[in-house]
Amino acid sequence: MTGGVEFTGVRELRGPLVVVADVTGVGWDEFVRIRLSSGELRHGLVLEVDHDLAVVQVLEGTAGMSCAGTALEFTGSPFGIPVGTGWLGRVCGGRGQPIDGGPPVFGTRREPVTGAPLNPTWREPPAEPVLTGVSAIDALTTLVRGQKLPLFSLPGLPHLELATQIAAQSTVGGAQFCVVFAGIGLTHADAAFARDALEERSAAGELVLLLNTADDPVVERILTPRIALTVAEELAFRGGRHVLVVMTDMTSYAEALREVSAARGEIPARRSYPGYLYSDLASLFERCGRIRGRPGSVTVLPVLTMPGGDITHPVPDLTGYITEGQIVFSAEAHARGVYPPVAPLASLSRLMRNGAGAGRTRADHLDVAAQLLAALARAQQVRDLAELIGLSGLSRTDRAYLEFEEAFRGELLGQRRGETRSLDDTLERAWRVLLRLPRSELAMLPTALLEQR
Amino acid sequence: MGAVTAGRVVRVAGPLVEVRDIGPVAMHDLVTLGPSAIPGEVVAIRDGLVSLQAYEYTGGLGPGAAAVPAGRPLSVRLGPGLLGRVFDGLLRPLSSAPAFLRPGAAIKDGDQAWYFEARVSEGDAVRPGQLLGVVADAGALEHRVLVPPGTSGVVECLADGKCAADAVIATVGGVPVGLCADWPVRVPRPYRVRRTAVEPLRTGQRVVDLLFPIARGSAAAVPGGFGTGKTVLLQQLAKWCDADVIVYIGCGERGNELAEVVAELFELTDPRTGGRLADRTVVIANTSNMPMMAREASIYTGVAVAEFYRDMGYHAVVIADSTSRWAEALREFASRTGALPAEEGYPADLASALAAFYERAGSVETLGGSSGSVTIIGAVSPPGGDMTEPVTAHTERFVRARWTLDRDLAYSRHYPAVSWSSSFSRDAPAIGSHHVRENDPNWPARRDRVIALLAEADRLAALAELVGAATLSAPERVVLLGGRLLRDGVLQQSALSTVDASGGDEKAAALVEAVLAVVDECRRLVGAGVAVEDVEEFDFTELVRLRERAGPRDVELIGRSRDAVLAGLRRLT
Repeated sequence: MTGGVEFTGVRELRGPLVVVADVTGVGWDEFVRIRLSSGELRHGLVLEVDHDLAVVQVLEGTAGMSCAGTALEFTGSPFGIPVGTGWLGRVCGGRGQPIDGGPPVFGTRREPVTGAPLNPTWREPPAEPVLTGVSAIDALTTLVRGQKLPLFSLPGLPHLELATQIAAQSTVGGAQFCVVFAGIGLTHADAAFARDALEERSAAGELVLLLNTADDPVVERILTPRIALTVAEELAFRGGRHVLVVMTDMTSYAEALREVSAARGEIPARRSYPGYLYSDLASLFERCGRIRGRPGSVTVLPVLTMPGGDITHPVPDLTGYITEGQIVFSAEAHARGVYPPVAPLASLSRLMRNGAGAGRTRADHLDVAAQLLAALARAQQVRDLAELIGLSGLSRTDRAYLEFEEAFRGELLGQRRGETRSLDDTLERAWRVLLRLPRSELAMLPTALLEQR
Repeated sequence: MGAVTAGRVVRVAGPLVEVRDIGPVAMHDLVTLGPSAIPGEVVAIRDGLVSLQAYEYTGGLGPGAAAVPAGRPLSVRLGPGLLGRVFDGLLRPLSSAPAFLRPGAAIKDGDQAWYFEARVSEGDAVRPGQLLGVVADAGALEHRVLVPPGTSGVVECLADGKCAADAVIATVGGVPVGLCADWPVRVPRPYRVRRTAVEPLRTGQRVVDLLFPIARGSAAAVPGGFGTGKTVLLQQLAKWCDADVIVYIGCGERGNELAEVVAELFELTDPRTGGRLADRTVVIANTSNMPMMAREASIYTGVAVAEFYRDMGYHAVVIADSTSRWAEALREFASRTGALPAEEGYPADLASALAAFYERAGSVETLGGSSGSVTIIGAVSPPGGDMTEPVTAHTERFVRARWTLDRDLAYSRHYPAVSWSSSFSRDAPAIGSHHVRENDPNWPARRDRVIALLAEADRLAALAELVGAATLSAPERVVLLGGRLLRDGVLQQSALSTVDASGGDEKAAALVEAVLAVVDECRRLVGAGVAVEDVEEFDFTELVRLRERAGPRDVELIGRSRDAVLAGLRRLT
């Protein structure tokens, strides 16, 4: 509506914010083009309009901007991107600008990146697996199409390796599949690693790569996951593909949110994160799902590092309340040299019982997984006990549990980087590990299954 | 005058909208904003500047947009057709809305016609709350149309037969009475008097019914960190508790989960009526990505719906998952309006808002003289599992029962993970007396024994972790064993089980009696010199599996298995 009119009354510059006076016809959450005196073009979003004042957050940051000579043009619509298959195979920056030397991404339509909430009555409960080729996930925390399952890691652990490995090798058993990988606040080294690891899938036109690096402006970080999800929704719900969205690192995202919130002078909640952190994260993660009567799905795998390894920190805590389970890394497993260093007992996929088992993965899958977890829980108790009373004090059964745990780590959990395991391979390994225990200890496995072994 | 004057928007910051020149509006009045008529509610008035909280995404709204007062507070339309359907926080039907919810895409209800059967005659004098007639085709539960509060007099122009949803079915004392009526959600519906008689709400969850029961009309809180099975427990309560109407409020929670619970309700059969469970359920869905302020309203909407059915003489249960998300919406908005923050940024009136919500629970004598109740069960999601945070700490002051979910129990896959050491029920003594009157005189003693045994077992287990179980005396090790048998054989209950998902009073009593008898026998055996190791290594599988095998009234099977286990134990001597 108001496109074309430029306002120049910049009254205030503070952090990532511009306050401009004497504006008319501006709406909340509008997309803004900002022209600097140097002729440089930047972009922004309206955070608040008060009478004739508009508060705009600048995506590229306010560095080098001055009150005089800055002109803002309000576009009359929210920030949107072109959507469609043009994104596949592309490598773009955190705002969706190409960094692969190619032309801008074109699409048949534009969509606002905030998305619209999915009507819960249209949701189809998730029921089929995404096979990641990683035993720890496929066997024990099966990722289900339409699920949101985060990976909780610690600084220094190989979460980026696992995230790229999942992005590079996941499949959905023959159906059309693609991956949107959003790197948020990655260091340049990490960004280069991700590009490298995902090159093959990208070249095959099955991957969209968005990379926001740690030195990019902080506001851009808030957009990156939204762009990724908007691209994914189109590919899934109009294009009929199964789309896996990997977002790493969501802790950087939350920090960006906190930075902008502080600049706006908002009242902080826990650990100075804004009070709306839960709703904001939910507005991202809830964009996963399936829609009744449409073929595709959006599966979300956010990766976050728990600051100080604290799972009660607001970012992992609120994420856990939103997502359907969590895959948790353990520093102890990493120290033992296990890759991926997943802590199986702390990890959980809430939708697994719908997405695994007969007709989904394999008929024995859920029983095997339940037995593995029960045995691991017992093994942990035995290990605690052994530390108190020494190995010699253990019964023969208890010692079998320790051997079982060792085999579990060596044969099932541990995997080479880049190694893709088929589901059958994973489950056969699980059986071999389980059969190290006396059969009397395998009470959760139906006798019929045990007799076949 | 009389004509509605439109004001204009002067400020927009997310859900906070300020308008001027709107004329006389009252607090909590509804105002529609901008060209897509976004609903908003008046939350503050100062010097002609009116602050509103908008219930939808305000993108594109800016200074100069029109603001039209609706002339009434935020209200929902209550009438037939609520059961078995899914609504948003303002009670607009989601079932008939498009896949993606964009603001302004007004959600309209189909104009269904209903069959009204009068139960009074023209010329009768009626009083508030009295039955005017029923809607014959509104489903298994009889839908009663009552004389609205504050209306009385002689019935005239009585309709009978088919009428539209917005039809006037009679005039009472000259006031038209509609088939449906608007009710302001923040105002509790009136009743004659609160009843003091206590009767238990049977939830079908043994740990609740046995140890921490609640009465109809009480309020309970379910605090639990993520991954403790909170939502599963609430869904079980929604499916199996013996109420006439369930109002399930998905407040700021997961969309997939809500889709699943709706799908299950449509599949499952109500053991009491034989109809679908969905036919007694109203689902109010405001998933975490839906507009935040509608989340704030959804809690009140849900209670208003429950009170509506209470007034018809039904027992309604409101299940709110999760009240923490509702409190966060309060906090979010308070921070936008610049209100002075209290603990953790929550507004200072958090405690009174929580109290006002839970106090709408109650067992009452309705205006029409029948008895009905609203029970409220609210989930609390303490951040970081911190039970001292404001929402948890305030909530537990206003509820009659607290079912605390324990992370350690959940990690060891003990579900429902209701902690016996940190839960409470202030209704338990009164419910105990009720059971004593109602043919189970042993109920209070049995509950005391179970709680005492569990507490003693916990204490000894903590000791055993330090010094090793082998150093405990034989009777102490029997207590440990007894605690384990109670946990595995009685308190655990699988939500996925076809037999055991919903328990029953008889089965629960028989299971407890069986376990206690076995514990007594073990104690006798070690007293008589049997090695405690032999007792510990005895195969109790039959006893532990019993809950999965026995139906709700299968007391005989439980008795037989108990005797078999006891006989096996005696062979140890």
